[in-house]
Amino acid sequence: MSNENPLTRAEMAQRVAADIPYGSVVNLGIGIPTSVSNYLTPEQDVILHTENGMLGMGPEAHGDEIDNDLINAGKIPVTELPGASYFHHADSFAMMRGGHLDIAVLGAFQVSAAGDLANWHTGAEDAIPAVGGAMDLAVGAKNVFVMMELTTKKGESKLVDHLTYPVTGLACVTRVYTEVAVFDIDTVSGASGTPRVTVTAMFGDTTLASLRDLTGIPLVDGTTNSPTKGIS
Amino acid sequence: MINKLHDSVDEALADIPDGATVMIGGFGQAGQPIELIDGLIRHGATDLTIVNNNAGNGEFGLALLIKSGFVRKIICSFPRQVDSQIFDERYRAGLIELEVVPQGNLAERIRAAGAGIGGFFSPTGFGTLLAEGKETRTIDGKNYVLESPIHADFSLIKAHAADPMGNLVFRKTARNFGPIMATAAKTTIVQVTDVVALGALDPENIITPGIYVNRIVQISQGATA
Repeated sequence: MSNENPLTRAEMAQRVAADIPYGSVVNLGIGIPTSVSNYLTPEQDVILHTENGMLGMGPEAHGDEIDNDLINAGKIPVTELPGASYFHHADSFAMMRGGHLDIAVLGAFQVSAAGDLANWHTGAEDAIPAVGGAMDLAVGAKNVFVMMELTTKKGESKLVDHLTYPVTGLACVTRVYTEVAVFDIDTVSGASGTPRVTVTAMFGDTTLASLRDLTGIPLVDGTTNSPTKGIS
Repeated sequence: MINKLHDSVDEALADIPDGATVMIGGFGQAGQPIELIDGLIRHGATDLTIVNNNAGNGEFGLALLIKSGFVRKIICSFPRQVDSQIFDERYRAGLIELEVVPQGNLAERIRAAGAGIGGFFSPTGFGTLLAEGKETRTIDGKNYVLESPIHADFSLIKAHAADPMGNLVFRKTARNFGPIMATAAKTTIVQVTDVVALGALDPENIITPGIYVNRIVQISQGATA
């Protein structure tokens, strides 16, 4: 699929940030999702959770602010905001599994039409498996947003009918942000055979036909409705 | 009066036997008890099973312990990192056994051991490679995997301050696995920056009660063991 004007990664991050409701508790995964924090506004009052035991995480620390006891999940030195709190690892993940986080923003190798997520392991024979908190976030957060390029370097769709990479979590991804379109996935009510993926926004010269052609999955046109649906 | 302070790291670690399961606190560098790990390398117990979130960074602490060849198996969530070359090399050479556990299951398995729980059903990992062969159950329409506690012979952790009874406070995100690992071992050894007088810690603010702590070693900040 060719597209003359896809979103840049910064624009994707900006879009995700703009869609996060007021006062949400959010966990941003390692990598591209981390950049979402650059576009959150103070008016949004978003509380950032980091899996290594903190709520109220502030921006990356620089210079004299750097404290090796204060890092994020990517082990980058960060700062604390007023109202921050610290807790041990079991509490941090209990918070996640217990449904207390509103949104997790994660990267992905693949997402399926049923909302299954693959983002921890390529499945390559010689790869050293490392999962971190990916599986906990996938099943724990109330809403899982994925940020990814829609296609691999070989041009294959990463939004697929069935995962071919090892599973991180089943039926957990509720929204996928890509450079060409945003997809909402109904992980709850979709009966077998019912289309579950709705295109809610398209960028550049993307068309629904081109997305259907690329992904090979039935896509519902949701672009005429409000830009993005609310979250649970 | 109870005083759990030990004079030296070496003395505090002296009875760790070959084949022990040792939990080591820390998430990356934060909370990693470097001086205790260096002491464990000097001590030389072999055939160890180590529980940590990672498998060592760079060329210090846990990475050096792995390099020493004293570690038979590591239980962790995230071994592969940009600077995990020591682990990577030994793993690829078949010299170290690896059990990868989702981070939240790792934490809860440690917590369960310390809390006397025989097992628990976790939704994390259901339908994945990491749940293969494990018992599953559907409860109220949701799928779970049976996870077992992880007990240790020793836990080596780092806290910010202790009083002589072993009551602990931590610092920022260096807290991470410390409080739960302290509960899950038969013997918990803590390195702290500050030792304060009995009564100096506000009881309302103690994170780990001294009941979970057996030995304390003071390592002043900036010291190199």
